[in-house]
Amino acid sequence: MRLIAEGLKDRLTGGRANMTASLIDTAQTPSLALRMDSSPLPLPAVRIRGRSFMALIVVPEAPLEAWFAALDEQLRRATGFFTDRPVIANLSAVQDDETANLPALLDALQERGMRLVAVEGTDAARLAGSSWAHLANLRQRLEDSRQTAEGRALAIPDDPPESAPEPPPEPPALPSLIVDRPVRSGQAVIHEHGDVVIIGAVASGAEIIAGGSIHVYGALRGRAIAGLKTGEAARIFCRKLNAEMLCIDGVFETAEQWSEALNGRAVQIQLAHGALQFSTLD
Amino acid sequence: MSKVMVVTSGKGGVGKTTSSAALGAALAQAGQNVVIVDFDVGLRNLDLVMGAERRVVYDLVNVVQGDAKLAQALIRDKRLDTLSLLPASQTRDKDALTEEGVKMVINELREKFDWVLCDSPAGIEKGAMLAMRFADLAVVVTNPEVSSVRDSDRIIGMLDSKTVHAENGGKFEKHLLLTRYSPARAARGEMLKVEDVLDILAIPLLGIVPESEEVLNASNFGCPVTLHNPASAPARAYADAARRLLGEKIEIVQPSAEKPGLFSRLFNRKAMA
Repeated sequence: MRLIAEGLKDRLTGGRANMTASLIDTAQTPSLALRMDSSPLPLPAVRIRGRSFMALIVVPEAPLEAWFAALDEQLRRATGFFTDRPVIANLSAVQDDETANLPALLDALQERGMRLVAVEGTDAARLAGSSWAHLANLRQRLEDSRQTAEGRALAIPDDPPESAPEPPPEPPALPSLIVDRPVRSGQAVIHEHGDVVIIGAVASGAEIIAGGSIHVYGALRGRAIAGLKTGEAARIFCRKLNAEMLCIDGVFETAEQWSEALNGRAVQIQLAHGALQFSTLD
Repeated sequence: MSKVMVVTSGKGGVGKTTSSAALGAALAQAGQNVVIVDFDVGLRNLDLVMGAERRVVYDLVNVVQGDAKLAQALIRDKRLDTLSLLPASQTRDKDALTEEGVKMVINELREKFDWVLCDSPAGIEKGAMLAMRFADLAVVVTNPEVSSVRDSDRIIGMLDSKTVHAENGGKFEKHLLLTRYSPARAARGEMLKVEDVLDILAIPLLGIVPESEEVLNASNFGCPVTLHNPASAPARAYADAARRLLGEKIEIVQPSAEKPGLFSRLFNRKAMA
């Protein structure tokens, strides 16, 4: 007992010693304030990345009235085309026209919802003093951009037509699947889009899965799963019930759940109030 | 016109090998030229049941893989000239068989024999698939109990879909051979009745072989039961089944509980009185 107490005490004091040590450590941690007097902190490296974006290049052409009319017509049909896209105005086609008011031209573009990020094909003097003077001027040397606007020519796609709501499509006919031989153990008949009719027996270990109802003209000894598509409206019919499992619209019962008296009889099974309901047919 | 007939069941231990040997011998006794091919590679039994285990040199796998000629592997029965055996390999497994190789062997056997009986291994895997693959008809061996019947049903489904004959759109001929049938137990309701089995499997009945010690005796003796004791009830059942396969119309008699002897009948009468 004493030994344990000693050990405990040792550990306690040890612990306290550790605690003190860590406190000192914390105090010694170099802080920014301490460092400022002495040597300057190494500055973090500023990372700059390059990435390619697609910018749209508009090339206004004289006569400007006609050009803007055409633009307006296009934008009327494609309302969102310039939304959130960087736009560069290539002014090379109007640069030579001394009378053209280039800042006003850029204003007109902005009014139409374009986000101008740069100009090209003009010299800075033409925009000096206007609110557009700050725009990046990508290629000032006229001959570069005058020759060609470059880039891939884009067609402005029309907005999808706001057509009148289409008449709801005719519900497709649900074709029945008729199997005119017995379904053997291990076989599965899966017909997701309609009724299944089996002429013969469905063996123990066989499985019928139907979008609609299941009709078995023989003994049903395997599993029948009905109503994949039609839901609770589906029914299961069999000439002789000896099934392992029955399921309509996800509600299932195994053989031990239904009355033994039903086995061996012609039965129809339907879904009522969320439960399988059995009724004999003869 | 030769016939390739697979003897199959799905379940093991129902009497495939016994029935293969007995039917093969019965067909041979009826004058047919018969070969029985053991497809149970790795678990061969047919050689023992036929009493040829000490004469096996080459086997099915050797022939399939081209290591031996068919004639080298075939073993002619000492008791019946017209009966031959193509044994399986005991040291290999079913993967040693290839579809191409089996097809070649079966085609070669077709030219030499009237009947090629393929003794299928149990299960539904490669061995069983290859045994049935090139067959023209099948004998489905079933015991009157539920697990055997359901496995047979599974095999029937495969015969109808996985055989070359079925894939070519033909209707596959199947016969039910009900074996190990005990009239006494059936009478007590301890076994499925013949009608129940037929109702479930819905294929024509070839014969009913009663459960009998004679079958076990014959196997242990290394002799097909139809040769070992032709007068016994199972031997007669197999012989009749063979004749039905040859097209004879013979009524199927459901085995009844063995008639008590005279003394016991007298004794019973006294007891009742």
